[in-house]
Order: sequence, then structure tokens, then C-alpha cells
Amino acid sequence: MAIGSVLLVAALGLAIVFGLMGVINLAHGELMMLGAYTTYVTQLIFKLPLLKPYYDAYVIVSIFLAFIVSGIVGILLEKTVIRKLYGSPLETLLATWGVSLILQQFVRSVPLAYGTGLVISLIIGLFLPATFPLKIKESINFKYFKFSSWIFAALTGVLTGNLISSSVSKLSRASARNVDVTAPAWMRGQVEILGTAFPKTRLMIIIITLISVIAITLFLNQSAWGMRIRAVTQNREMSDCLGISTEKVDVLTFGIGSGLAGVAGVAVSLLGSVGPNVGGNYIVGCFMVVVLGGVGNLLGTVFASFGIGIMTDLIGAGRLLSIWPDMPLPLSNTINFFATTSMARVMIFALIVIFLQFKPTGLFPQKGRMVES
Amino acid sequence: MEFKNLKLSKKTTFIVWVVIIAFVIAAPEILPVFRLNLLGRYLSLAIVALGVDLIWGFTGLLSLGQGIFFALGGYCAAMYLQITSSSEFPNNIPEFFGLYGVDNLPFFWEPFRSPIFSLFAIWVIPALVAGMLGFLVFRNRIKGVYFSILTQASLLVFFNFFNGQQKLINGTNGLKTDVTQLFGQMVGSESMQRLFFWVTSILVIAAWFFAKWVVKGRFGNILIGIRDDEPRVRFTGYNPVIFKTIIFSIAGGLAGISGALYTVQSGIVSPQFMTVPFSIEMVIWVAVGGRGTLLGAILGAVFINYAKSLVSEALPASWMFIQGGLFILVVTALPEGVLGWIQGDGPRNLLQRFGLKRKIETYPSLEVNNKEGNNE
Repeated sequence: MAIGSVLLVAALGLAIVFGLMGVINLAHGELMMLGAYTTYVTQLIFKLPLLKPYYDAYVIVSIFLAFIVSGIVGILLEKTVIRKLYGSPLETLLATWGVSLILQQFVRSVPLAYGTGLVISLIIGLFLPATFPLKIKESINFKYFKFSSWIFAALTGVLTGNLISSSVSKLSRASARNVDVTAPAWMRGQVEILGTAFPKTRLMIIIITLISVIAITLFLNQSAWGMRIRAVTQNREMSDCLGISTEKVDVLTFGIGSGLAGVAGVAVSLLGSVGPNVGGNYIVGCFMVVVLGGVGNLLGTVFASFGIGIMTDLIGAGRLLSIWPDMPLPLSNTINFFATTSMARVMIFALIVIFLQFKPTGLFPQKGRMVES
Repeated sequence: MEFKNLKLSKKTTFIVWVVIIAFVIAAPEILPVFRLNLLGRYLSLAIVALGVDLIWGFTGLLSLGQGIFFALGGYCAAMYLQITSSSEFPNNIPEFFGLYGVDNLPFFWEPFRSPIFSLFAIWVIPALVAGMLGFLVFRNRIKGVYFSILTQASLLVFFNFFNGQQKLINGTNGLKTDVTQLFGQMVGSESMQRLFFWVTSILVIAAWFFAKWVVKGRFGNILIGIRDDEPRVRFTGYNPVIFKTIIFSIAGGLAGISGALYTVQSGIVSPQFMTVPFSIEMVIWVAVGGRGTLLGAILGAVFINYAKSLVSEALPASWMFIQGGLFILVVTALPEGVLGWIQGDGPRNLLQRFGLKRKIETYPSLEVNNKEGNNE
């Protein structure tokens, strides 16, 4: 279940980016990794004497921080690279792969403290101009103000980077090793529900998932910006003509999708240790979820991710045998053959490929009468 | 994105060929063994790049799973070498089987005792697998991005399968070839490596001519038609499924040959050949070299790999940055690759920008239409 929910949050972000914008984001896994590292950094910062009393709350804080960090990186990515490549998904695929390589190597060779500083300066630089009073925004000298706010942002970034690296020694050196996030005390242990014991961290992950799914659904269906996003998805030219700023919508959509990846990263960090390669383990699974669920359809994503999560558990742990002990011998032999994690993935992917033979457009396809699906 | 040939006069072409052949013959004398071996490996990678170019550059199918066929070819070659040189081990089977308590050769490896069969298997088996996979996918009109994701997923399927099967193919450890024997000589020895270098060079040239022959004429036109407007090809009365399957299995076969050559020169085949990054790298060679230009694929594969080894020797950490930057640069700034840029209007535009050449006046609408036609 927990694997299913991690997949779900990650795939939700991907479904938004891929389904709504038609952009293949191979750097999605790396955005998850950034989210996971954000959790790690927050954890260490909360260990400082000043914040020590609030240590238990760091997971909650880190969810929001991860959303912001990954979202910012996503927005930056959209503004610099992906904007030029709309309409050609294969090219975006290659470009985002390049981005993911850079992000991976960045985490390996840059100390996390300075990475944090960089991210902070990005946040300030991007958002400070937006908070200026209207008078400045409309003046001719706006670009100078913008420029000076960037300088201010860079300075703050460098300062925080130094501050963090001097106060938390673990963050001042670059390393390619995996790091571990320890859950706070209230999240350790188990809870009994319906006679079976669940680890609390996994319940937490499931709760995070539920909240983000509900939030996203509400956002897309109820808010004004959600409506604009859906409008642009359905017909870009038309919405452009009706006065919706497609540019803003693109940035927003991509930011939200990436932010969700960050949230998924928090969940990943609670499940196991965090390394530069952690994103790669999830990315293909995410794509399978999106393809299986039908592109541009959040309900399908939900079903598909839980389906894959549960199937992995059933096949990988050999649960089928314990549920149905006296099945015929050849069948049980086959199941034993696939009862390891890697072979379970083989089986799952094979099943998905077979499934797509019958329903090429996924579980809940979008209806349309296009020649090109 | 028309396929243009570099316009060279017959004389220059002849001179270029003489230089190439002279280099191939003389290379073992000039280069140290280590470099020669690297060059041979990269040349064999050029063959798989040719295959990628055929399916991506000409037919518009971006496969992220060429590693499957590459590794299959490698495994076929390695298994043949292992079996032929296994006479001193118990039960007459390769050594690693003994480690896992396997006494008999698994039945599907049995035919690999024959050299002729193995020689065919190296390219027939990957081609067949590719054909089957391709047929299943293309029949459902899965294309574009979905095709890429599906091939990537099947790559993972194969990777996990090969990684997990110790008893059949030695799992993660892979099959070693450099201590095996061929024609009574160690495969890893210097003279054999020199031989492999020549074989590789000849096969690269042969593969290039073969690919040129494939994309020439009506077959090639249909492929380009599929790339540019598939529904139209279908409405004209052709069945794109067959053509796509054929070209995909040709690319698979080329990948198999390439994998076999790479294996004998690197000394090992392992599931590492099937990792996701490696297969995407293959696409990058083609993208950088220039897709839709066969020469670009070859040059891209050789030069990028050579650059990779040089950069990694000097600055181990920075290659990932360079590679990532290269991806982004090529995709955003040079969508047709370096060779495509040279053949197209690239140099002229660059000269214009510096004011060295006069602008050519054209109707803007013509250019715009051209661009829209290429968006598919």
C-alpha cells in the first residue's frame, strides 16, 4: 500500500505535467529526490538548538518546503528549457533527461548547505518582484528593481549557505553517499487497525497521499486557476483567444506537478534512505501508472497506482500462495519463480504491456474523434 | 527536414575513402593498445547508433530500449565463447554453472555449441525479439511518447530478468569473454583485439552502406512518410505496421551485432548493458550527430564516447554535467544535430549573425509552413 501511495503522489504530479501539458518530464524522479533531500536538510536544521523544541514537527514543515523547493526548480526548468519545446514531446524527453543528469550530479558534488542557499536565493529572486507595490511594478525602472532584488537574493543565499554549513557540519561537505531520514518519535511504532499492524510511517504516507489527492482534485475542479488549467488542456488556442494567459497557466501547472514530486520525495525519504539515484527507481513506475490509468485522467491514475502497488506486494512477497494454499503445483511453481522484488517488476511490466494490447489508451481513456490519438 | 547528402565531388569522396581505409589498416600501429581497444568499442557502438538513426531519424520511432537487443547480441556471442572454451570444466559446461549447482547446459543454450548458429543468432535473435515486440506495439497504433515509455518499460523487464537469473546466465555478474578461447587464442589477447578492430571497422562500413540502401528508394520514402504523417500513409493504402516492424527489427539486428562486437572487445557482457541511461545515451549520440543523417550517427557515437572517456579521465565528476548540458543544448539549439546543422543553413546563419554574409531574402510564410510540417 505504501509503495502504491508513493507512486500515486509522484504519478499525480506526472499525470498533471504529462497529461495536461503533454510534456514528458524525465527529471520528475530527480525532483522527487530534491524533495527527499529537502526533508533531510530540514531534519538537520531542526536539530539546531534554536528549533530543537519543535523537532517533532519537522515532517509537516518539510512537506511544504519540499513542495516549494521542487516547485521552484520545476518552474525554473519550465521557464528556461521546456518553454521552447512545447509540441514536441520527444525533444522534451531528451532535454529533461539532461536536466535530470545535471541535478543528480549537482547533488553529488555540491555540498547540501550551499544547495540550500542556492534554492533560497532562487525563491527570493523569483518571488520578491511579485511582492513589490504596484507603483514600482509599473514604473519604467522596474527591471532595475528586479535586478537589485536578484542581487539581494543571491546575497541572502550565500549567507544562509555559509550559516548552515558552519552550524551543521554534516551538510558542509559534498558526498554521493545515501543519507537516512529518521522519523520523529511520534511516527515510530505501529498501529493496529482491523487486527493487522501497520507501521505509523506508512500510515503517514497514506495520509499525505490522501490529502494531496483531495487538494489537487479540489484545486482543479473548484478554483479559478484550476478551471483555466483544464481549459488550456482541452484547447490551448481557444483559451488563449478567450484571454487566459497560457504562459502563466503553463508555469503554474508545471510548478504544481513538480511540487507534488517534492511531496512524493518526502514520502520516499520516510520509506528508506535517500541517495542521488533515488529518483530513477520510481520514474518508470510513474510513467507506467500514468499510461495505464489513461493520460489526462486523475481517477485513472489513482486506480492504476494502487493497482500496481498492491500487485507488486502480492506477487513479490508470494502472498498469493498464503491466500490460496492448495493451488495446483505448476501454478505455484510459477508464482515462486516470480516471488522476488525484481521478478515481480518483470511480471508487473509484462502484465501492463499485455493489458495495453487490449486497451491501448489505458483504463479511462479520453473520448475523442481524432485521427491521431 | 529533408535528407540531404553532403555534396562532394567524386574525387574528394575517393580521397576521403582512401584516408579512412588507410587509417583503419594503420590504426593498430599508431595507437596504443588501450586506445585502439577503446576506438574499436566505440566503432561498434556506431552500429547500434545507425540502428537508432534508422528508427528514430527516419521513421520517427524513439526507442529507449535498444539496450535489450544490444545486450541480447552480446549474450549470444559471450555464451558461444564460454561454451567453446569450456572443455576443461566439469560436465563440459561453462564454469559459472558449477557455482550454482547446474549440471546440464540449459536446453536453449545447446545450439550455441555450433559456431555457425551462433554467428546467425547474434543478429537473428535480437531482430526476432525486436520484430515481435514491435509488432505487438505497432499493431495497437501505440506511438510517439507511449512507444518510448513502453520500450523503456520492456528494457526494465529484460534488465530485471537478466539480473535475477543466476542459474541461466550468471545474473548480475554477467559473462566474461576475455579469458575464453577462439581459434586457439585468448579473446582478450592483443592480436585478437587487433583482429576485432578490423572486423568492427569493416562491419561499420558495411552497416553504413546497408542503412543507406534501406533508406534509399521507395522503402525509405515510406519510412519518412511514416515519420512525417502516419495517418496519411495509412490512408494512401500502405500498412505502416509492417514497415515499422521491419525497420524496428532491422535496428534490433544491428544492435545485436553491435552488442556482440562490443562484448568481445570490452571482455564482459552483463545486465549493465540494459540499464536505462545507456539506452538513452544511444539516442543522444544520434541526436548530437544529427538524426536523419546516417554519417551523423556514426560520428556522434564515436566522438561523444571518445570525449566521454577523455573527460572522465581528466575530471571524473564533470562528465555528467557536460552530458546533461549537451542534451539540453542539442535539443534546444541544434535540433537537427551537428551534421544536420552543417548541411542545413547553420553556418550561413552564423556568418550572417556576425555580418560576414548577406542575408538571403525569403518569404517568411514559407519558413513558417516548413516548421509546422516538422512538428510531428
